[in-house]
Amino acid sequence: MWAAPSRWGWLNLLTPKGLFAHDTYNKLFTMHGIIMVFFFLVPSIPATLGNFLVPPMVGARDLAFPRINLLSWYIYIVGGIFAITAIVRGGVDTGWTFYAPFSSTYSNTHVILAAIGVFVSGFSSILTGLNFIVTVHKMRAPGMTWSRLPLFVWAHYATSLIQVLGTPVIAITIVLLGMERVLHAGIFDPALGGDPILFQHLFWFYSHPAVYIMILPGMGVISEIVACFSRKSIFGYGFVAFSSVAIAVLGFLVWGHHLFVAGQSMYASMVFSFISFLVAVPSAIKVFNWTATMYRGSVSYDTPMLYAFGFIGLFTIGGLTGLFLATMAVDVHVTDTYFVIAHFHYVMVGGMVMAYLGGVHFWFPKITGRLYPEGWAKFAALVVFVGFNLTFFPQFVLGYLGMPRRYAAYADEFQILNVMSTAGASILGVGYLIPMIYLAWAWRYGPKSPQNPWGAKGLEWEQSPTPPPTFNFDVPPVMNEPAYNYSGEEKEVEIGR
Amino acid sequence: MADSEVTALEHAPGLKHHFDDTEQQLESSTLGMWVFLLTEIMFFGGMFGGYTVYRNLYPDAFASSSRYMNIPIGAFNTAVLICSSLTMALAVRAAQLGNKKVLIWFLVFTLILGCVFLGLKVVEYHEKWVDHHIPGPGFRYEDARYFHQAQILFFLYFAMTGMHAMHMVVGAGLLTTLIIMAARNRFSAAWYTPVEMIGLYWHFVDIVWIFLFPLLYLIGRTK
Amino acid sequence: MGALSIFPPRASTTAGEVDALYGFLLVVGIGMTALIFFFVFFFAIKYRRRSPDERPKAIHGSIPLEITWSVIPFLVMLVMFAWGTKLYFQNYTPPRRDTLDIYVTGKQWMWKIQYPDGQREINELHVPTGRPVKVTLASEDVLHSFFLPAFRLKHDVVPGSYQTFWFEATKPGRYHIFCAEYCGTNHSQMIGWVTVMDPVSYETWLSAGAGGSSMAELGQKLFEQYGCVSCHVLDQQGRCPSLRNVFGNPVKLEDGRTVIADEAYIRESILNPNAKIVSGYKRDVMPVFQGQINEEGLLQLIVYIKSLSNPPKPAAAKTAAAAGKRSPQ
Repeated sequence: MWAAPSRWGWLNLLTPKGLFAHDTYNKLFTMHGIIMVFFFLVPSIPATLGNFLVPPMVGARDLAFPRINLLSWYIYIVGGIFAITAIVRGGVDTGWTFYAPFSSTYSNTHVILAAIGVFVSGFSSILTGLNFIVTVHKMRAPGMTWSRLPLFVWAHYATSLIQVLGTPVIAITIVLLGMERVLHAGIFDPALGGDPILFQHLFWFYSHPAVYIMILPGMGVISEIVACFSRKSIFGYGFVAFSSVAIAVLGFLVWGHHLFVAGQSMYASMVFSFISFLVAVPSAIKVFNWTATMYRGSVSYDTPMLYAFGFIGLFTIGGLTGLFLATMAVDVHVTDTYFVIAHFHYVMVGGMVMAYLGGVHFWFPKITGRLYPEGWAKFAALVVFVGFNLTFFPQFVLGYLGMPRRYAAYADEFQILNVMSTAGASILGVGYLIPMIYLAWAWRYGPKSPQNPWGAKGLEWEQSPTPPPTFNFDVPPVMNEPAYNYSGEEKEVEIGR
Repeated sequence: MADSEVTALEHAPGLKHHFDDTEQQLESSTLGMWVFLLTEIMFFGGMFGGYTVYRNLYPDAFASSSRYMNIPIGAFNTAVLICSSLTMALAVRAAQLGNKKVLIWFLVFTLILGCVFLGLKVVEYHEKWVDHHIPGPGFRYEDARYFHQAQILFFLYFAMTGMHAMHMVVGAGLLTTLIIMAARNRFSAAWYTPVEMIGLYWHFVDIVWIFLFPLLYLIGRTK
Repeated sequence: MGALSIFPPRASTTAGEVDALYGFLLVVGIGMTALIFFFVFFFAIKYRRRSPDERPKAIHGSIPLEITWSVIPFLVMLVMFAWGTKLYFQNYTPPRRDTLDIYVTGKQWMWKIQYPDGQREINELHVPTGRPVKVTLASEDVLHSFFLPAFRLKHDVVPGSYQTFWFEATKPGRYHIFCAEYCGTNHSQMIGWVTVMDPVSYETWLSAGAGGSSMAELGQKLFEQYGCVSCHVLDQQGRCPSLRNVFGNPVKLEDGRTVIADEAYIRESILNPNAKIVSGYKRDVMPVFQGQINEEGLLQLIVYIKSLSNPPKPAAAKTAAAAGKRSPQ
């Protein structure tokens, strides 16, 4: 639903002069950014699939702190209410990045309300991460060693590290921004001796790792799907697992690549550029390993696997265009243009949302105990893929041609590509609508699912009933084989913890 | 529900259904608390980062304005907090031994010391109010040259000590809860996890102050 | 330019270089994408499930393969890194030789451009071909970003400091100026044109637009108006350092450090004089000018102080001479 602002936004960009007042457009893209980043991309997979699946996957009856988990849900709702109030009362026009001094001094919109929303929802994210870390460390079933953890769990573990270490920093940054806006004391306002670049450093210290909060769980989903629908043990398990943690750690050291043109020291930029290239290595390792997993496998084309194909393709493009942005001289030209927009939508929407849809389809029978209509699902997956590419591919070209982001109106020569993009967005919208309809239908009326419709491995499929009872298992689970043991070899009889 | 499996353990005090045994539950709580404290470090870390940047940018102004910090109160408060950490540690010890009366007494001591700290903090804030050292429209500074920079320092002072004081208030609330729980015989030598966890929290809040005091009051002070 | 060209016009010396690097990245990117797509499709088709009971043998991985596909991409990325970094340093380090200095002030929502000779324009920038142009950026309010797509360059405009970059235009024509950092309601209207002219037409344009005072003269007026002149006495020992020959030269500070007196230093010394005290002088003598002078005035003062310096190299004399030529008017 909240992706909708983007649709109105594209509608606006049908004509160079724009259909809406500039102010309206600015508020729309801000709302789109805040809602999608803080209230959809960050919590989506961890809060839905993660909360549901991490405990049965490690063989636990529940997360370590169920009440804290519930609390994090309420906190999310409260944060959401603040953000929505900000929108209903007239909106915010700062962009989701809240750059000072515009947000602290110049904007006359409801910055504080939106900031409180982001601040509050951050704690929801922190508590989720905390719960996962403790659950993975302390709640594993007998035999569930670290080297047997599903990669979905590894990815969530890495995500949790970022949530726990990064989110507090954005929280305090937002507090300082709010105080600055109320008091005008100058902490980020250069007219009063403050430093606006400091805000950007603090902001990106969280917000760059945050993109890994968004994509890592998606990578975890893809690892599960690729293994299951190739009926193969994942290729290079250790490398895939370790690369998640490597991404989480290196992800904390690259925030400065958002400041190549902001006047930070050139030598600092050089270091950030180098580490940004480094972080591409573990991402590449994952893509290669997923591809290699299919080698000599038994590949089926069920809907989740179609989404996984989509993910691998789109994430590859998103990742490789990331290298363009890490290359400083090219970044100078394309940063803050549509090239960046296209890049992160390829990673976030092409990657994370594809993975999310793939995961929802994969575990839908597990969670609801019912099957969805396969034909419709395949059709929707195709529509999403086509619509997505038509929407965002032209934006790479637009970006290199020089169209800056956050423009309510643009130069005439950019029109053709913008029209293509708007058309694609309409198709993409339909593509997202179809699954919502048939999944809602299937939840009530779908045929009953067998225990393990995909023949998947993992405690959640093999030892927990479908759909799972309150405490996930009827019989205490034991992990007595390696992860992804699709070939059925070397099953052990009994293993102590 | 896995009734058959957990009924045997159901009588262990404080054990939740989804844990195998008390040991696992305690380990989980402890790890959870440490992870939480890690997030707290990052939270304060953002402000310490800002402090470092501005201290480097405006060393003179910071030296000038730290002169207006009340060292006697700050030092006394430091001592108060260190003592409260001691009483907190002794409370945990009492809980471990299952000595309810001693536990309650030490919790009350800790609470009183926490309140003394907060009371003195109010005195300090009032002083700043009287001197117009609260950042914002009413801010005034004796040395006109440093007006803006000093305002940033006081901004950081209020942000950092304010956040710390808020943690103290939360801590006081938690201590009160503990006292009530202890009075209702909720703890025993077998289960006193909340006392231990809140003890960790309390020590953490103390440690933050141990950093704040020298940074804001002592370092680079002039005259 | 075709309607669907993927390159904007190339109008500066750097444009071609950035495009070459971009081309290299495109080739690598498209190659890698093709490779991945090929293998995904190939494996998906070749190893498609033929019977529901298939149980392929497990392959747990291969260390040599993992190393290969980590190290080779890394080496390719090192090339990107080195190439990109070299070009970045080059584009953001103005040459020491004779540059044409232009001063740009961003303000919601317009670009105000000042030339040393005193011309001023709004949302229009005129530059000659074949001569390095150094742009100094200042902001009156929020963050902006001065973006010249045809030159493949942009730089954020940060309030409270000066940012500089440089370019050398090559192809006469009119090209876009965009604001690339979101700055409020009319961000998308904070646009303008850069007109690149051959040196002869540029001189003509320059003299046609002349008439007012040069930036240095305006700066001198401000220097007198604010009373700076009573302490900063030229060529004599006053209460404050003489500003003759200060700009561009090292200054010894009270605390023993030595700094080069560049634009940022002069700016800081006007707005917050106590930040860096020249060795042998007292602090607190000069009033704080933060909030007293607008960005354009500051730039004029700086140009004036610049004009008090002997041209360090004969090449720079051209600008000074050009300024001097018009001063008798």
